[in-house]
Amino acid sequence: MITIREYVRPASLEEAWALNQKRTSRVIGGMLWLKMQNTAVGTAIDLSGLGLDTIGETPEGFAVGAMTSLRALETHAGLNEYTDGAVREALRRIVGVQFRATATLGGSVYGRFGFSDVLTLLLALNASVELYKGGIVPLARFAEMPYDRDILVRVHIPRENAAFFYQSVRPTKTDFPALTCAAARLADGAYRFAVGARPGKAVVLAPQGAPGALPEIVSAQVATGSNLRGSAEYRKHLIRVLVRRAVDTLEGGAK
Amino acid sequence: MNITFTLNNKAVSADIAPDTLLLDLVRRLGCKSVKRGCGTGNCGLCTVYLDGTPVLSCATLAARAQGRSVTTLEGLQSEAAEFGAFLADQGAEQCGFCNSGFIMNTLALLRENPDPDEEEIREYLAGNLCRCSGYEGQLRAIQSFLAWKKAKEAGG
Repeated sequence: MITIREYVRPASLEEAWALNQKRTSRVIGGMLWLKMQNTAVGTAIDLSGLGLDTIGETPEGFAVGAMTSLRALETHAGLNEYTDGAVREALRRIVGVQFRATATLGGSVYGRFGFSDVLTLLLALNASVELYKGGIVPLARFAEMPYDRDILVRVHIPRENAAFFYQSVRPTKTDFPALTCAAARLADGAYRFAVGARPGKAVVLAPQGAPGALPEIVSAQVATGSNLRGSAEYRKHLIRVLVRRAVDTLEGGAK
Repeated sequence: MNITFTLNNKAVSADIAPDTLLLDLVRRLGCKSVKRGCGTGNCGLCTVYLDGTPVLSCATLAARAQGRSVTTLEGLQSEAAEFGAFLADQGAEQCGFCNSGFIMNTLALLRENPDPDEEEIREYLAGNLCRCSGYEGQLRAIQSFLAWKKAKEAGG
């Protein structure tokens, strides 16, 4: 059970950052994961008042505030048009509409959860995170960084000349995934794959090889493990299946 | 701490602890339609609208309602009763514990998408769990309700 001694809605990022330097403070997102923990929070820092619940769209890309709900992402027309529906596909199986309307992008990304559809998707989209003190950091690097007390402000998704794909395999439609796979086919024919729920956190790779060889190459390069949702061997097989589907879909032509 | 917000179109204020959940607050204020189910954000029984959007009150701090509008089934009486009759007609209510969350989310679906197909209905309601039924009764109820609404609108 979680307990909270004090709730604060800061008026600025500087105030939020200062509050968050105390070890018992926690920035709260949708609280769906946090509330499941047995922890005593000193100060719960709610970024709701900082205007971070919007999705900005420019010719260069998208800037998504940390307090944007997963549901807002899922239903954003511009993002779905740009990603060939990959955003919607990645999010629509996460529990239910109310869950996704409650969960925030910042909570999902900051958590860097192994099961995260969101992390898998964003890695394939070549996203970066904007940290209040740390500046812009590629998501692939952020995913490997230790947890610290900076504030995740936004996620930036650049516009690339690419086509995108997302699929996951789940024991049931709204369960945690047994494997997630996102892919980008760039204009020069090169591929970027992100594979998550291995069950470790998602990894991104840019394999070299003919499209037909990519399922074996990616499967060989991605480490998998076993848990209740699947064995390491099963996951290796799923990687081959999902990568082949991605290649079959994306060889139809990049935008 | 004290918060003020709108609950079912009425201004209210309440003293809450920092970790009070919206679920517990609205129940304390008399909205007993809002149920505590799984407590893990998976079952949809605690669905309320926050500024018109269906959210899980079991995972939302009451403090976040400050200055906002909260709607529970009690605030949707006529709309809910209208659809609820179709649930009953299809024998879909069974024990009834999931009904209020189910009705809340169905009405949210129809506000977003007034003419959903079967796949859209199933996907939107995937976060509403029912331990009694196989969901077929609820699906029939929604489809019957939609057909009735269409006929009513066509008839004038």
